[in-house]
Amino acid sequence: MSINQFNYCRIPADAEALRTQVRQFLQQALPDYAAERRADSWMGFNAQFSRKLGARGWVGMALPKQYGGADASAFSRYVVIEELLAAGAPVSAHWFADRQSGPQILQYGTPEQRDFHLPAICRGERYFCIGMSEPGAGSDLASIKSRARQQGNKWILNGQKVWTTNAHHAHYMIALVRTSESDSRHGGMSQFIIDLTLPGITVRPIKDLTGSKHFNEVFFDNVELSDADMIGSEGQGWHQVTAELAVERSGPERFLSSMALLHTLIDAVGKAPDRLQSREIGRLTARLFTLRNMSLAVTKQLNDGHNPSWAASCVKDLGSVFEQDIPEIAHLLSETLPTKTGGTDHSRVLAYLMQQAPSFSLRGGTREILRGIIARGLGLR
Amino acid sequence: MMRDLFESALEKLFTDHVSAASVIGGEDGTWLAELWGVLEESGFALASAPEAQGGAGASWDDLFPVLLLCGRFSLPLPLPETLLGNWVLGKCGIQAVRGSMSIAADAELILDGQTVSGLLRQVPWGRHVTQVVAIVESDEPLVVVIDTAACSDQRLSTNTAGEPRDDLVLKDATPLFSAPLAACLECDVLKRGGALLRSVQMAGALQELLQLSSNYVNERVQFGKPIAKFQVVQHQLAVMAEHVAAARVSAEAACVESTDTLASLPVMAAKICASEAAGVGASLGHGVHGAIGFTHEYSLHLLTRRLWSWRSEYGSATYWSDELGRAVCHAGALQYWPSITSGVLPQ
Repeated sequence: MSINQFNYCRIPADAEALRTQVRQFLQQALPDYAAERRADSWMGFNAQFSRKLGARGWVGMALPKQYGGADASAFSRYVVIEELLAAGAPVSAHWFADRQSGPQILQYGTPEQRDFHLPAICRGERYFCIGMSEPGAGSDLASIKSRARQQGNKWILNGQKVWTTNAHHAHYMIALVRTSESDSRHGGMSQFIIDLTLPGITVRPIKDLTGSKHFNEVFFDNVELSDADMIGSEGQGWHQVTAELAVERSGPERFLSSMALLHTLIDAVGKAPDRLQSREIGRLTARLFTLRNMSLAVTKQLNDGHNPSWAASCVKDLGSVFEQDIPEIAHLLSETLPTKTGGTDHSRVLAYLMQQAPSFSLRGGTREILRGIIARGLGLR
Repeated sequence: MMRDLFESALEKLFTDHVSAASVIGGEDGTWLAELWGVLEESGFALASAPEAQGGAGASWDDLFPVLLLCGRFSLPLPLPETLLGNWVLGKCGIQAVRGSMSIAADAELILDGQTVSGLLRQVPWGRHVTQVVAIVESDEPLVVVIDTAACSDQRLSTNTAGEPRDDLVLKDATPLFSAPLAACLECDVLKRGGALLRSVQMAGALQELLQLSSNYVNERVQFGKPIAKFQVVQHQLAVMAEHVAAARVSAEAACVESTDTLASLPVMAAKICASEAAGVGASLGHGVHGAIGFTHEYSLHLLTRRLWSWRSEYGSATYWSDELGRAVCHAGALQYWPSITSGVLPQ
């Protein structure tokens, strides 16, 4: 039974030992970090912070030591990541490289690709973005149209990506594109590591409703790529993309997006909550505690070499419901008016996360897609 | 490993002896004496007692699958309560109790010399069991084992699943055993322990509910296909599955972390999450089953009628949320995340 994938586990002592170190590091590195900046969570971009973190050996931890990584267990990385996220540290610059691009290059890349990218990733100096969605291909990712046509030992790429977080800051993109015809819906796609300084690439930031620019449109106009830029083999694209989903969907970032608001809320409510406040905050606390334990259960599966994509989908869906509930409950518990500017830490963080909240159940797989995956795992599809 | 041995042995025992018919048979006041006898013979009733007392010295970690199975099979007997009772007695140096036993988490007792008087409320299977464990609250709390034959009066009730929940009146009753409550245990250990029991039982019942519901929607055909093919049904079961998983993990965490004493934060989180899952699960379970799930003949109600009561027993989600919320607000925002990662509430 799929439910049996969820077994409670404790964090091993060696991984747990990192926690105090990360807390101390954060106290020094982010001494007066504003509450609103913390609310940005993993969308906060700070190259200097990423390099400092890299210097401490906390970027690319799971990568081998020969590349500057730490050969760390999934639990060690988990402890570091959750401390950074709970504090709202600005990890965006290296986030995708650390979570997925680095491991993907390790698994599918050539020795040259590994030697070129992995050490820089581990130093917190090389930033990646992920090129997947297109205007006509969101939830239905397999319907992408961007195409690389082979010309000798070159590939000519035309097309467009959208919702690409950090494309305006990143050095490289790993992009899913069509490279051949196929009878199968999921066939004929490959991934390329694309240098974003190449001619023919245009990056246009997309402003979201809060005024932030995290997302981008990226246009490819006859961009020349070489065979050496393809990662893994031709036609392997869909497999590569789905293989990383369990990691992408199960981590603490899937339920910690609203932590900054939970912190300001507890401060705002104070030491003597009324009955409604205590009940709602207690309920949220039980859910947070349990989501974390569910996430750790999935981490154990990953650490043991399994691919717990079903369990990861459960964590992500339940986690995004939790993240979205926090602004609504904060609104329920006090008459504080959300303020875009002015007001207090709490009123600004409340405003910001209330507006960001819709994106929590859209990014990384929409609610409807995830529930379909969960249903499949129950034997219903 | 003890846990695995317990699981396979008890699952076989329940499969052989606990049918839907026996669950129904155990409702509304019938005591399944033969089945209780089988449980005593198997040694499971004493599992939580120290080895020196003839028990297995089982931890809550070891007992997790036992309690889960009690929930999965809707066991209409106080095995969970007996396990909690013998665990508390073992910690307080009182010998393990043989025979059927229950607990009185809600008790108003006054000690007068060697006798106790007062009221034991909502004792599971109170009218049937031979012994009840209770705590006399005072500056020096006392654990007592009461012989139910010494009760002067009873007020009987049953919960939504027809499980007896009886008030027992004591007048100058001499306890069979008594001892000071161990220093590592709090005065409300029976309430917190009961919350732990029901959390795991609910997790087991929810697991069974999910399986039953998944099977049903794959079998029931309407509009030319199994109703499992409809997206709305798929999504309802997905939501159910998430809650079942949350209940399971939180219940297991509470068991594993309750070693020498009951782990306060994990136990509260388990009761809150499992109780919420119970409401969601029962509602969705009946929803996808349609009319057939509403009948007495079909077995769904054996699970949902238990969920509807167990979520209220030993503190509802609201009760424990209130306590947990007050604790974290009192400690302040800076202590919040450290409490989550340590699993320990600030004092």
